[in-house]
Amino acid sequence: MKRSKITTWLFWLIPLVFLAVFFYQPLLNIFRLVFSDRFNQGWQFFSLETLLRPLLFTLWQAFLSTVLTLVIGLPAAYLFAKFDFPGRKGLRALSLLPFILPTVVVATAFNTLLGPRGWLNLILMDLFNLSNPPLSLLNSLPGILLAHVFYNTSIVIRLVENSLTRLNPHFEEAARALGANPWRVFREVSLPLLMPSILSATLLVFLFDFTSFGVVLMLGGPQYATLEVEIYNQAMNRFNLPMASLLSIIQLAVTLLITSLQNRISTPRYGKAALSAESKTRVKAKTRLEKLYVAVSVILLLILFVAPILSLVSRSLITMEAERGERGEIETGFTLRYYTELFQNRSGSVFYANPLAAIRNSLVFSLLTMLIASALGLLSAYALAGSGRLTRFLEPLFMLPLGASAVILGLGFLISFNRAVWVGGHFPILIPIAHSLIALPFVVRTILPAIRSIPASLREAAQSMGANPWRVFREVDLPILLRAIIVSLAFSFTISLGEFGASSFLSSAQTPTIPTLIFRYISLPGALNYGQALAMSTLLLITSTAGSLLIEKIRFPGEELF
Amino acid sequence: MSKKTILILFTLFFILAACQPTAAPASPQTLTVITHDSFSVSKELVTQFEEANNAKLVFIQGGDTGSVLNRLILTSVNNDLPEADVFYGLDNTFLSRALEHDLFEPYQAEALAKIPTEFQLDPSSKVLPVDYGDVCINYDKAYFKENNLSLPTSLQDLTRPEYKGLLVVENPATSSPGLAFMFATIAEFGEEGWLSWWQAMRENQVTVVSDWETAYYTNFSGSSGKGPQSMVVSYASSPAAELIYAQTELSESPTASLVAPGMCWRQIEFVGILKNSPHRELAEKFVDFLFSKDFQEDVPMQMFVFPVLPEAVLPEDFVIASQIPEVTGSLDPALIAQNRDQWINDWTETVIN
Repeated sequence: MKRSKITTWLFWLIPLVFLAVFFYQPLLNIFRLVFSDRFNQGWQFFSLETLLRPLLFTLWQAFLSTVLTLVIGLPAAYLFAKFDFPGRKGLRALSLLPFILPTVVVATAFNTLLGPRGWLNLILMDLFNLSNPPLSLLNSLPGILLAHVFYNTSIVIRLVENSLTRLNPHFEEAARALGANPWRVFREVSLPLLMPSILSATLLVFLFDFTSFGVVLMLGGPQYATLEVEIYNQAMNRFNLPMASLLSIIQLAVTLLITSLQNRISTPRYGKAALSAESKTRVKAKTRLEKLYVAVSVILLLILFVAPILSLVSRSLITMEAERGERGEIETGFTLRYYTELFQNRSGSVFYANPLAAIRNSLVFSLLTMLIASALGLLSAYALAGSGRLTRFLEPLFMLPLGASAVILGLGFLISFNRAVWVGGHFPILIPIAHSLIALPFVVRTILPAIRSIPASLREAAQSMGANPWRVFREVDLPILLRAIIVSLAFSFTISLGEFGASSFLSSAQTPTIPTLIFRYISLPGALNYGQALAMSTLLLITSTAGSLLIEKIRFPGEELF
Repeated sequence: MSKKTILILFTLFFILAACQPTAAPASPQTLTVITHDSFSVSKELVTQFEEANNAKLVFIQGGDTGSVLNRLILTSVNNDLPEADVFYGLDNTFLSRALEHDLFEPYQAEALAKIPTEFQLDPSSKVLPVDYGDVCINYDKAYFKENNLSLPTSLQDLTRPEYKGLLVVENPATSSPGLAFMFATIAEFGEEGWLSWWQAMRENQVTVVSDWETAYYTNFSGSSGKGPQSMVVSYASSPAAELIYAQTELSESPTASLVAPGMCWRQIEFVGILKNSPHRELAEKFVDFLFSKDFQEDVPMQMFVFPVLPEAVLPEDFVIASQIPEVTGSLDPALIAQNRDQWINDWTETVIN
């Protein structure tokens, strides 16, 4: 008994030390510096309005985005949990794609689809003989909302589908046998059982929308600023650091509030019996209504997930020089030029990077992130699995990195680790560390419920038969956790692959990652550069898809045991 | 001899070897150069410099000029050592802020004698001019031709009804060309008149976006984005880039710049050696290298800006498509430092809210 307590403390200690050194320390350092007398001249521009306006807008757009995401995500989760249909697996994998795409790519993809000269407007102009693009979704609130739905629907699908499939069928059967009609079964049995996961997904989506940065900056235009955008603006453009820090503290406080709420909600209230570890088998749609439901949902999801991606890929392969007087002479059609051009250093620049080199850099960072985040996440999840008061107090500390402003944390990193001996000047070890901070909350969130679902009786049985703790872990816990571990490996891998902010902040220009290279191309004028940015985005898409598929294919020995 | 003694001897040998002050071929010294995202230089020149000086050059790109500057100010506060040895790319709009925070050590480079005095804005030589470029309005040639529209010849012209809804600008709060263009309007209309020009532009449906990328690739009809606006705030050298980075060979650029007096803002970029740099001598050599004819001639094709060295020869494509405005607006750097935030606030009130 005593030994297990010591192990628990160790489990706590390692992730806590990591967070203390790489999260809380830089954050405190920057706050301490910024609120010192040196920087107080920023206060002359302080007004309640500069605080309230971004806060209210952030809450408002997060609320709208979350509602919309649920409207699409919940029926989709039901679809994946209940029905078997051709292409189910593929569509489900596809739904994860948006999550891993960097905002630069998503903004570009939306532009190629919905922009003034995007496919949709071109088609509409052609159909109705219009001379001007009829839709203007970019630089508007609907643009922001759409991008948020695109990004976050997969979270609702994953979380709710999971508990839908694990809903113990006996509960519903019992209710039905007692004479309840389907609506009543749903309202009084299924819904309460599903509520924790729905609320948990809701809060997580809300949190993401709340801290959204790139989407709002790139698709929202200058009229809209969320807290995170305003923090960036105040810190980097106005150099009003006290104001930026104050805003980021507000953002942290709201995050803390949301994660504590989430923590309270996701504790199961109905005992373990309600959720079975076994997955229910899915059925083919039988009635006409069911068939209609499947068909409509699949088509909607295809439009949501596939259209922007397809539009991006197609624009990287097609030159477009249309209906513009003098430029009619230029050929329109299929081209691989943007891809072949990626391999040429036309200007002989020292910063030129072969796309393969960028892919290699990205892969190295991602693999390191995957290892660090998953190892720490597993330890943290075990530490948090206990139900003491301490746990309830500490869990939000692990979730807080979700709400940290990237700019403020980045500046904190710079003043804390500037030329630190152990990082060897600008050796980019800080990149996977920063990525791990971002990925850690996801990993914990994924593994924790799985650990909590392990019946204590199984472990006790193994122990009583003489298994040592390591063997109990290997033969009881691991097989149950495997699914969650693999998911979190894939999560941390792809989060790191698509991350742009920290990578550009912390790396030297000669070790670009895929996202930083995309950004380099898109910030230069010229058709070729734009095409190369699209081509590089497509390569990122392929790399991350291949990576996550590969990880999902991993089978550990012993998995068949369960 | 026992194994142990051999081991001890070996250890002693290595310790002595390590203490030796001049190990045969000295390992190269690393010079860290911090700069903005648009910086670039030929690999060939970098290698030449590295070989000639037994040095290794490391470049950090920290966002736009303002971001890099803010980052340097912040990291200079509690650190004895600067984050980098040299900062390339400080511009005239941020000059005062940088000098105020005392980030640089003066360096009286010999080459300064050859540089025109109009570029030398810092008499203390803490920062030295290296290149310049002009922020101007680019227009889509085809659109103006097709619609038989004459080109605006002053900023005032842009408020006329025939140009309604044709201009896209960047938000000066979030974009450096946007900020530069705002300065151009203040220089042109004065502190009293510039806001009423923007008010008139707002009524003439000027489009505002957050960043250059969106303005140029999403909104501007002359680029590959093919958007709805036929004029965009960009650089006088962007038409040259359109020509050089065209996907099929073009005989002329699809875009050009409006360079009439008062329509452009000149950005002069500076380089400075950061205070307490541990590699002062090498940093000086690097600055000298920046003034060499080789580097100055490399600048146009790498960064699409102009060299400050008069004897540098410009590449042909660049000359064909870039226009250099004869008269550009200018404001006192001290005035900019004093009013920047207030101007941005006023601009936001007038144009967005």
